[in-house]
Amino acid sequence: MIVEIGHFALILGLAFAMVLASVPLLGVQQRQPLWMELARTAAVGQFALLGLAFACLIYAFIQDDFSVKYVAANSNSQLPLIYKISATWGAHEGSLLLWALILTLWTLAAALFAKQLPPTLKARLLSVLGWIAAGFILFILITSNPFERLLEVPQEGRSLNPLLQDIGLAIHPPMLYMGYVGMAVAFAFAVAVLMEGKMENAWAHWAQTWTLIAWAFLTLGIALGSWWAYYELGWGGWWFWDPVENASLLPWIVATALIHSLAITAKRGSFQAWSLLLAILAFGLSLLGTFLVRSGVLTSVHAFTSDPSRGVFILVFLVVIVGAALLLFSARAHLVTQQRAFKPLSKETLLLLNNVLLMAMMATVLLGTLYPLILDALGIAKLSVGAPYFNSVIVPLTVPLALLMGLGFAAHWRESRAGGLLKQLWPVLLVSALLAFVLPLLLLPDLQGWAVVGLFMSAWIALSALQWLWQNRAATNSTGRVQRRRILGAVLAHIGFAVTLAGITVTSLYSIEKDLRLAPGESYSIGDTRFQFVGVIQKQEHNYLASEGTIKVYANNQWLTDLHPQKRTYLSQAMPMTEAGIDAQLSRDLFVALGEKLDGAAWSLRIQYKPLIRWIWLGAILMALGGLLALPSGRQRRKESAA
Amino acid sequence: MSPLRKKRLYTLLLLLSGVGLATFLLLQAFSENMMFYFSTSEVQQGKAPQGRDFRLGGLVVNGTVQRDPTSLKVRFDLTDGAANVTVEYNGILPDLFREGQGIIANGRLNAEGIFMAHEVLAKHDENYMPPEVADSLKQAAKNVPQPQQATP
Repeated sequence: MIVEIGHFALILGLAFAMVLASVPLLGVQQRQPLWMELARTAAVGQFALLGLAFACLIYAFIQDDFSVKYVAANSNSQLPLIYKISATWGAHEGSLLLWALILTLWTLAAALFAKQLPPTLKARLLSVLGWIAAGFILFILITSNPFERLLEVPQEGRSLNPLLQDIGLAIHPPMLYMGYVGMAVAFAFAVAVLMEGKMENAWAHWAQTWTLIAWAFLTLGIALGSWWAYYELGWGGWWFWDPVENASLLPWIVATALIHSLAITAKRGSFQAWSLLLAILAFGLSLLGTFLVRSGVLTSVHAFTSDPSRGVFILVFLVVIVGAALLLFSARAHLVTQQRAFKPLSKETLLLLNNVLLMAMMATVLLGTLYPLILDALGIAKLSVGAPYFNSVIVPLTVPLALLMGLGFAAHWRESRAGGLLKQLWPVLLVSALLAFVLPLLLLPDLQGWAVVGLFMSAWIALSALQWLWQNRAATNSTGRVQRRRILGAVLAHIGFAVTLAGITVTSLYSIEKDLRLAPGESYSIGDTRFQFVGVIQKQEHNYLASEGTIKVYANNQWLTDLHPQKRTYLSQAMPMTEAGIDAQLSRDLFVALGEKLDGAAWSLRIQYKPLIRWIWLGAILMALGGLLALPSGRQRRKESAA
Repeated sequence: MSPLRKKRLYTLLLLLSGVGLATFLLLQAFSENMMFYFSTSEVQQGKAPQGRDFRLGGLVVNGTVQRDPTSLKVRFDLTDGAANVTVEYNGILPDLFREGQGIIANGRLNAEGIFMAHEVLAKHDENYMPPEVADSLKQAAKNVPQPQQATP
């Protein structure tokens, strides 16, 4: 019964989405304010219904209702409660429902907090979000209905993929989706502005705020995925250039460019068309990511089923939505462009150059991800490009990106003088160069060229951001809260990027990774750290059996800690899983994973020493915090809308 | 040319050379790091490149897995049903590596025709067959007259 209510709520939700997609638009055309205001009611109803549908599905999981096909395929009565709940979005159907639910949440938020936009623009924007919601709910109902019943009810469910039975993965999809789907607001804004045929600079502020929220979630979602892959997949890597990872990185890169482009539009009134194009592109790439992950063209942890009809639906949806937006853009972009003159050396130019670099990175990742898929689909060849391809292009592009970031902080709007820039930045330059040489000499085993480059870039970005903060201290005191929060947020986010960059540099260059064979009692040393393999015992847990190893770690012959890596076999699916044993510190991780049992009591072990790896995720958290800090608070929003 | 125009021209040239350089890097890296997939039959027929990495896929042949007793070196045969290729690997095999399983190995052929793998991939699902391997098996079964033993 509950399940049928959920199904019905979803159908009713589709009806609301269709009203949202059409009535406010008609209202704009017919100049009917009441019709336009219906958008708000429709957005509320749509969210409430999708929320109800989702709650019903969670209820079916908690109750172990195996008469529902989706529950039977992805849950099990032995599963701990928390994973029964997270199993709701653990596979295709449920994760699409979560996608739609989050879209309606964003729509509701946009409906409630768009007071500074004129009513026609707001109505159009919400209608565009309504199209997307209608398309997605239709997709769920036609191809991937999570409420489908089974005629023969099984006694027990097939259980959740053991890889997904982890707290990191329970929160990774909702975070990532908040980011992915949040790009829909910027997209709808772009389309609405193009329909409107004019753009006011204040609106760019509004769009930037929404993009910042989505970007912050996307940053956290990507970092969570990376962290999870590190401790759960048992390889000790933090990024694999896997197509699914790339699919989340693509909208992130474009959103990063969009935030900066919107900053120029809001401040200086140029680059309107470019901003709108980026907004369309960011959501297009989010949809592409959804297509790649959900269509089964990829084989990875994330791709659960391959059902061609699903892929075709998303692809058609992608082409229609993005195609229509691009057509509108090509026809009407000239209406919104304004030209404000700026000199070749100015903040505008530097931001534009970084936008170009980010687009080059995006194109690199896109080519490496899509080209093999397209060749395979056309039956021409089966090939793949590995991490070396991505690294050899992205790394050299990051160097000018970082240099320009530092310059960008110091440069003035409209016009800067090279002499002035140099005069201002030479202390930063000197200190950064000094740090880049001295830190590796003092703290790292040897001096490597790329380490100097990487650390120089990190120091350069962080120090020039701090210098900019120092210069603006007067402004932050006088021009009020909004300005101050924006400045602090920007500085924090850029320092976060510098921290991530430093972490990537040092981890990539100075990690020590060793696969070896150890019998109980034998040791292996990395520098002053000695790993002694004690042995492996068998353990029985609630829903899995585990071989648990014990490794005693000594630093300078002082006992430091015991690590307990596991090899698990889940009872419901005869599938082995590796759980790494990790000793985490800010300066380094010690990582041990069990390989396999060899002859006698010997095991193969993977032992790794990973300096600064935590900085990669710490930096991401700082970036996200910086993004959220830059948002105007409630009181300021009211002030802005009143003004 | 007016100074403003000159400056614009320089900016444009700078931009174009940047984009050009990026494109060059990109295509260079792409062609250097492309790895093609070959089945064991294709390797036997000499279609696979020498001295260059590629991907090899197939089923691990029963009874061929040999471990070195003192190190992590391991040797096994891969087959697509029509031809076998010996693979040598030094490292930890993935959780789901076992005889009869479909796997993919990245590496290159040495002078004796042994595939020296630097990476062995098996998907995290007991029922999973890499699509490339499934294709190779189908292809090989078509070319070989006697019917192949179906793998359960």
